[in-house]
Amino acid sequence: MRKKHDWLRETYQKSLEKMPERPIAHRTLSDIAPEPLYTPEDIGVLDPEYEEKRGYPGEYPYTRGVYGSMYRSKLWTMRMFAGFGTAEQTNERFKKLLKAGQTGLSVAFDLPTLMGYDSDHPLSKGEVGKCGVAVSSLADMEVLFDGINLEEVTTSMTINSPANAIWAMYLAVAKKRGYDWKKLGGTIQNDILKEFIAQKEFIFPPEPSVKLVIDTFEWGPRNVPKWNFISVSGYHIREAGSTAVQELAWTLADGFEYVEAALKRGLDIDEFAPRISFFFDVHNDFFEEIAKFRAARRIWAKEMRHRYGAKNPQSWMLRTHAQTAGVSLTAQQPLNNIARVAIQALAAVLGGTNSLHTDAYDEALALPTEESATIALRTQQIIAYETGVTHTIDPLAGSYYVEWLTDEMERQAMAIIEEIRRMGGVVRAIEEGYFLRELAEASYRYQQEVERKERIIVGVNAFTDEIPLKVPIQLVDPEVERVQAERLARVRRERDPKRVEEALAGLRQAAVEGQNTMPHFVECALAYCTLGEMMDVLREVYGTYQEPAYV
Amino acid sequence: MPHMDRRIRVLIAKPGLDGHDRGAKVVARALRDAGMEVIYTGLRQTPEMIVSAAIQEDVDAIGLSILSGAHMHYFREVKRLLEAQGAEDILLFGGGIIPDEDVPRLKELGVAAVFGPGTSTQEIVDFLRRAVPERWRAQGLA
Repeated sequence: MRKKHDWLRETYQKSLEKMPERPIAHRTLSDIAPEPLYTPEDIGVLDPEYEEKRGYPGEYPYTRGVYGSMYRSKLWTMRMFAGFGTAEQTNERFKKLLKAGQTGLSVAFDLPTLMGYDSDHPLSKGEVGKCGVAVSSLADMEVLFDGINLEEVTTSMTINSPANAIWAMYLAVAKKRGYDWKKLGGTIQNDILKEFIAQKEFIFPPEPSVKLVIDTFEWGPRNVPKWNFISVSGYHIREAGSTAVQELAWTLADGFEYVEAALKRGLDIDEFAPRISFFFDVHNDFFEEIAKFRAARRIWAKEMRHRYGAKNPQSWMLRTHAQTAGVSLTAQQPLNNIARVAIQALAAVLGGTNSLHTDAYDEALALPTEESATIALRTQQIIAYETGVTHTIDPLAGSYYVEWLTDEMERQAMAIIEEIRRMGGVVRAIEEGYFLRELAEASYRYQQEVERKERIIVGVNAFTDEIPLKVPIQLVDPEVERVQAERLARVRRERDPKRVEEALAGLRQAAVEGQNTMPHFVECALAYCTLGEMMDVLREVYGTYQEPAYV
Repeated sequence: MPHMDRRIRVLIAKPGLDGHDRGAKVVARALRDAGMEVIYTGLRQTPEMIVSAAIQEDVDAIGLSILSGAHMHYFREVKRLLEAQGAEDILLFGGGIIPDEDVPRLKELGVAAVFGPGTSTQEIVDFLRRAVPERWRAQGLA
């Protein structure tokens, strides 16, 4: 049996060599100095399954965290999702968030961008800049990151169907400004499977969509080695109405599906798997959420090691971003949401998340204002700096309930994963409408429980007396559409039409012949092809997808 | 009372690019469970498609679900097209993430009711059971 002092001497020390302890007092308010880790040894109990099920932080199966020293050395990344209106407005918000102590950027795009339409497309009418920033060409991307050092920040971009094109635009900005791609860090969400399951921002049918994702698996590690080219996301699955167990199971099943597709292309698992990242929701049921994160790490590690034969420990590590549950926020008594978000954020931290977005209290009403977004960030800072939960790693390990619930969630999730495998995998299950049916059932069941008051939502179905309270709302300037249309017109006028034509032809040829599309997307971005032009090429080659209208 | 036998027919629609369909589906199912005939359009419908489906299906009411912030545009368009087609008797209502400030503006357009987050499905059922027969009576159908 491996002893704690061995772990301290080996894994913990090694982790500190890379990243020393933070220079703050790792002491309680009574001046007790907690050790970095507590194990059954510390309270004199036996746990024969300790190594197999829990293990040590930074070691297989990573139940207790992926890094050896976790928050003792480095806090999670505080990454607030932001974007609205024009690239200029969002750039200004980014700069303010960085100044307020945020440690990474996270871009929200508007619906036309997410669906691969330019801002001046007829279907974009009324949607430009509404739920995120509009990016139709490299010209917008240049403005969006103006004055921000791309080698110093890490940038997460919530983009899926057009992920290759948007990533190419970001890389083109970096290239034009002379930044080294090898030094760029960030994430593109690029998880198309959960779009078919839940979020519904798909353009092409599942198979070519997955092909585009695997292009980034192949191209990414060789060209932008520090970039997470996918964030396999349970967030949207949960927000669409799944349970925590379904979120856990389906997200991991999606992850395995990508791994299998990449292996089928002949890629080396230990080359691409270390850059697969994850994204989970964190809802109200405190311990269930904590158990979910711990179970997710354990399942991923076991399957990657034993089922898929990955040898590199980095391939076994499930690194994850988390976001508090937008769906749990209430429009009634909106200030209560500050408390909900704090509790959810605490669960994510106790679950060992590597990155976190906290929702603003007004998000059931509109996009967050600058003030509400700042309170949300401050909530994370209070957890990080005032509560002491970062003194020791995975402080809830060994709790009978948390350990039991971690095992139980693993068991239930694995049963669902096996069921999906029997169906022939995630794409097959999508085609059969499995996820749509399951989600419709789960969300209707939940709504009925709320209406029967079997589940109490404070301010909604109980404790509803309230002093009417107006909260200020972030409104989006209707001028955005005009500003965007003008910039697009200028781009189309000033770019080199021959280079545009050649770049788009190259993209088309790669798509038709099944070659890797990424080099062509980069060339298209540099040539100032618009997002709509690139996606139209692929719409022609791949066709588009309509899901069945199932209630 | 003849209108007691007639079932209320409702079109639940998702206009535009927004894919957030949990609410629309929960509402559709609740209305169906309450004995109404419900047609759900599926995602990404243009105002033209919605109005044409509503007329073709001879519905009493259209419910639009919008969470993207583009509600003013879509309600205005659907209303305009309903009037252009002489189908302004179809009751228009909706829900989603819609700021309070916009609700009076939507009502001015002729939107009969706006249901925000946290609304119980029973409230929507009650609303339709009240408002639709009122229309029938007004049109001499009942």
